[in-house]
Amino acid sequence: MNPTLLYDKPELYIITAALLLALGVFGLVRRRTLIGMLIAGELIFSAAALNFMAFNRFRAADQSTGQIFVLFIMGLAAAEVAIALSIVIAVYRNYRSVKTRELSDLNG
Amino acid sequence: MSEFPAAGLILNVVFVLALATTLVGAVLAVVTTRIIRSVCGLAICCVGLAELYYFLHSPFLALMEILIYVGAVCVTIVFAVMLAEPEEAVVEKKRGVDFAWSGLAMVVCGAIFFGLWRLGSQQDWTALTPRTNDGSIQSIGKALLTTYSLPFEMISLALLVAILGALAVARTGRDKA
Repeated sequence: MNPTLLYDKPELYIITAALLLALGVFGLVRRRTLIGMLIAGELIFSAAALNFMAFNRFRAADQSTGQIFVLFIMGLAAAEVAIALSIVIAVYRNYRSVKTRELSDLNG
Repeated sequence: MSEFPAAGLILNVVFVLALATTLVGAVLAVVTTRIIRSVCGLAICCVGLAELYYFLHSPFLALMEILIYVGAVCVTIVFAVMLAEPEEAVVEKKRGVDFAWSGLAMVVCGAIFFGLWRLGSQQDWTALTPRTNDGSIQSIGKALLTTYSLPFEMISLALLVAILGALAVARTGRDKA
């Protein structure tokens, strides 16, 4: 590996993933709507995937392991988005709102 | 070896552009007020991530990132925005307690980031183990059908259950409205 090339430096990927994680947690706390929180959650998934790929590239013996793992993360994230959005739409039908502050009724 | 002039410099510039795309997209996804701009920020962030995967020697994952995140996830979120219209039309008056919570969240996330930064930059992450394969698409396909065949089938089952669950959840309550 050529040390003068920036893309061969694993620290840059790890720091980027840390920043994505921090932004995702910040968005999860700050957002007032369910869809905004879902988007912040996607950022956290991306941070994990980027970390897996960085360690796969620079540490792993079997170079396909990390790629397959990230592929599974993407598949599960897609499934999660489908479920979460259908829940959002069901909640909107009942409450006419997706703001988390207004979703405070319990029924039972 | 004949090399393109200033190839290293060009590579570095493209890599920095990819990093900047990812980070700008993530910041847009988090700080914008309107939810549709947030979705666009997520799409930009995913394009940047695809470039980063390309730099990590995985063109397969770069294509999958574009296909799944930009092509499917962002479009699905846009559909939900259309159906549930969570536009924050009336700007709520910010109260002092809101600013306090935002400040607290920012402090906590800054602490997470700087902790991980310190941890990440202290170590030497260069490879010690010898490579057993090159991570090409052929090796990924072989591994998916041999070593990882059970998780592969489980993912297909999880996606099937997700489709059925999404249909079931979204269907109830339709006749009420």
